[in-house]
Amino acid sequence: MPDLLAARSQMAVSLGFHIVFAVIGIGLPALMVIAEWRWMRTGDAVYLELAKRWSKGAAILFAVGAVSGTVLSFELGLLWPSFMRFAGPIVGMPFSLEGFAFFTEAIFLGIYLYAWDRVSRAAHLFAGIVVALSGVLSGIFVVIANAWMNTPAGFEVVGGKAIDVRPLAAMANAAAFSQTLHMTLAAYAATGLTVAGIHAIILLRGSTSAFHRRALGLALALGAPAAILQPLSGDVSARNVAKFQPAKLAALEAHFETQRGAPLHIGGWPDVDRRETRWAIRIPRGLSLLAFHDADAEVTGLDAIPRDEWPPVAIVHVAFQIMIALGIAMALVSLWALWRWWRGGSSDAVADDRLLLRALAVVTPMGFLAIEAGWTVTEVGRQPWIVYGILRTSDAVTPMPGLVVPFLVFTLLYLLLGVIVVYMLRQQIVRAPSD
Amino acid sequence: MRLTLAEFTAGVIVVALNAYVLFGGADFGGGVWDLLASGPRRDKQRARISSAISPIWEANHVWLIVVVVMLFVCFPPAFAAFGTILHIPLSLMLIGIVLRGSAFVFRSYSYGPRSQQRRWGQVFAVSSLITPVVLGMCVGAVVSGGVGAALSGINAGTAGVLPVASDPGQRATSSVTFASLYVRPWLSPFTLAVGAMTLALVSFLAATYLTIEAEGDRELQDDFRSRALGAAAAAAVTATIALVLGASRGGVMARLVGAGWTLPVLAGSAIAAVGSGVALLKRRYQLARVAAGAWVTLILWGWVLAQFPLIIPPNLTIDDAAAPPRTLVETMAVLVGGALVLVPSLWYLLHVFKSRSAERRRP
Repeated sequence: MPDLLAARSQMAVSLGFHIVFAVIGIGLPALMVIAEWRWMRTGDAVYLELAKRWSKGAAILFAVGAVSGTVLSFELGLLWPSFMRFAGPIVGMPFSLEGFAFFTEAIFLGIYLYAWDRVSRAAHLFAGIVVALSGVLSGIFVVIANAWMNTPAGFEVVGGKAIDVRPLAAMANAAAFSQTLHMTLAAYAATGLTVAGIHAIILLRGSTSAFHRRALGLALALGAPAAILQPLSGDVSARNVAKFQPAKLAALEAHFETQRGAPLHIGGWPDVDRRETRWAIRIPRGLSLLAFHDADAEVTGLDAIPRDEWPPVAIVHVAFQIMIALGIAMALVSLWALWRWWRGGSSDAVADDRLLLRALAVVTPMGFLAIEAGWTVTEVGRQPWIVYGILRTSDAVTPMPGLVVPFLVFTLLYLLLGVIVVYMLRQQIVRAPSD
Repeated sequence: MRLTLAEFTAGVIVVALNAYVLFGGADFGGGVWDLLASGPRRDKQRARISSAISPIWEANHVWLIVVVVMLFVCFPPAFAAFGTILHIPLSLMLIGIVLRGSAFVFRSYSYGPRSQQRRWGQVFAVSSLITPVVLGMCVGAVVSGGVGAALSGINAGTAGVLPVASDPGQRATSSVTFASLYVRPWLSPFTLAVGAMTLALVSFLAATYLTIEAEGDRELQDDFRSRALGAAAAAAVTATIALVLGASRGGVMARLVGAGWTLPVLAGSAIAAVGSGVALLKRRYQLARVAAGAWVTLILWGWVLAQFPLIIPPNLTIDDAAAPPRTLVETMAVLVGGALVLVPSLWYLLHVFKSRSAERRRP
């Protein structure tokens, strides 16, 4: 395995692993706070039990997220020293801010988990709210740093060196808003619908426990609105990519030829050698319409991009199709669930609709699969650049040989941790109190 | 003496590192005592260690993140150099950090049989041992000039990557091997001594703090007291070995023992060391905690002062490795703003869990 590929694979595994925990670290605290607030309002002990369960889940996942995030912050230097040398002073600001958000989150999570009977109820709820908010902020800051890699700003390059570095301007880069919006909604949608799906499966198996019914309702209340809003934020993202990262847009749409009134390819397989996309459903003018909200707009194709600056088209296109399909499915099932809820007057209407429960069960893993696919789109779609148009990934990799070894070691470590975490969560969260 | 902006920033990073060693380091030390728990109160020792660490270890861990982030924002060439030359030990340290943190929560939240909990406890304890040793070895690699020497050995094809331009005369490719670049800088008797010292110091800190955690249980307190004294002796021995090994090779360590201005630091750390030992013997645990913290802090700052103004001996200075001033200024502004949130929050955390009134409120 070549060193560059090993380094990229290790980064992909580390990010792909961490993102799951980061996302749950954003979503689960929101759930636990909502549950605790419901308990304070209604006095219903089931809500308190849910808050405690979810907080235990949050504790396990936060710990694994914290350590895997630590690995990532080191890996930036272990694998991409030249990137950090170039980018550190420019894009370090959001990382510093993330450090503080993460610090705050860790402090108040400690209070939330261990001070149930040491602080007042209001102080306890407040601690939970701080955890939930700082979790969102952490995510936003890290995604801003990633957005900078896609649409670099806040510096000038003279003779291969960055000068006139303006860290705040770097944070306000072109993709920052669309990417953070998309990722935050993704975190709520994925966490909410996955938790809802797990409890839907248990209800389908015949459980009648109020625990699972309430859990389903709260999880839907968080996940469903986010999943419904997500296609809209996807539109914002896509138009941003069309404007600022034409090569990525061309790859993710498998769009080879620059043209006005460009068609949209749904599915299909891009044949890079023949420069055409086979077996796709073509919607005339669809791409121009979606990417620029103008059916006659010109869309840059891969033919306008030098061949050695193409991302791996097939991976990006397929990952994008997967993300879109999963996102649409999640939005539709969410609409259905909220409609049932509204018609029935309470979330029990959802819990009593077995067909809907089956649909929710099918949706369970979709949010996380969509997130992994989406990250593949944004990361692989940026290749061969680590900083779009500025620094190539191949120029950023460490000179140390034998990178396949750390790649394999960390992959094994993460596989092991992944298996254990799933096992622990089954023990912690899923069992109803009476089981 | 007037500090430059970069030097001031480096000082702030050392303060964060200091906090990591005093707080996060002690959590690793707690793992060591979990591993070495013995005698009739073995389970009690482990339970007290666990209850002391649980609410605060994640917050303590974040100090390391602060150090790393500030290093790559403010001194990117140094971060790139550490990441490259110390790839192997830093990876080992990360594995230790991952296993320690995960195993600790897995143990805390395990509903499984006791044997399963015990297995997580073992993973937690063993990985607590690795991390401080390797962290110490990395510091030793920087202090000894090993990292700096390896940087000059990196060949021309990658010279742009790394901060120290390679001198054509030194680029005798036959003598540059994988081991000379990526292993020998951090694997030597000196770095091992620094690693052992770090382990002894964090164990000492942990045992000293635990004497206070064990308040109200005289026997348990005495267990931790004797452990603290043992660790203090080990730390004194390993620190002396590191000093002798290091100074014999010249460079930073020779400056530490050779220069007159370091005398107050050395004397201060000796006083703190003896003071913490005496306080432990006299069961003055609050005093012992302060003295223990002072000892470790003085060792850290002794190193920093001896190495000043270099960030990577023997050549790279703090100023040369610094990011543009605007980055430093804005990072400092973030730091001040962050501190306004953090300091009250940290105080609140420690107040809830570590104050005496909190103990009385405990059900």
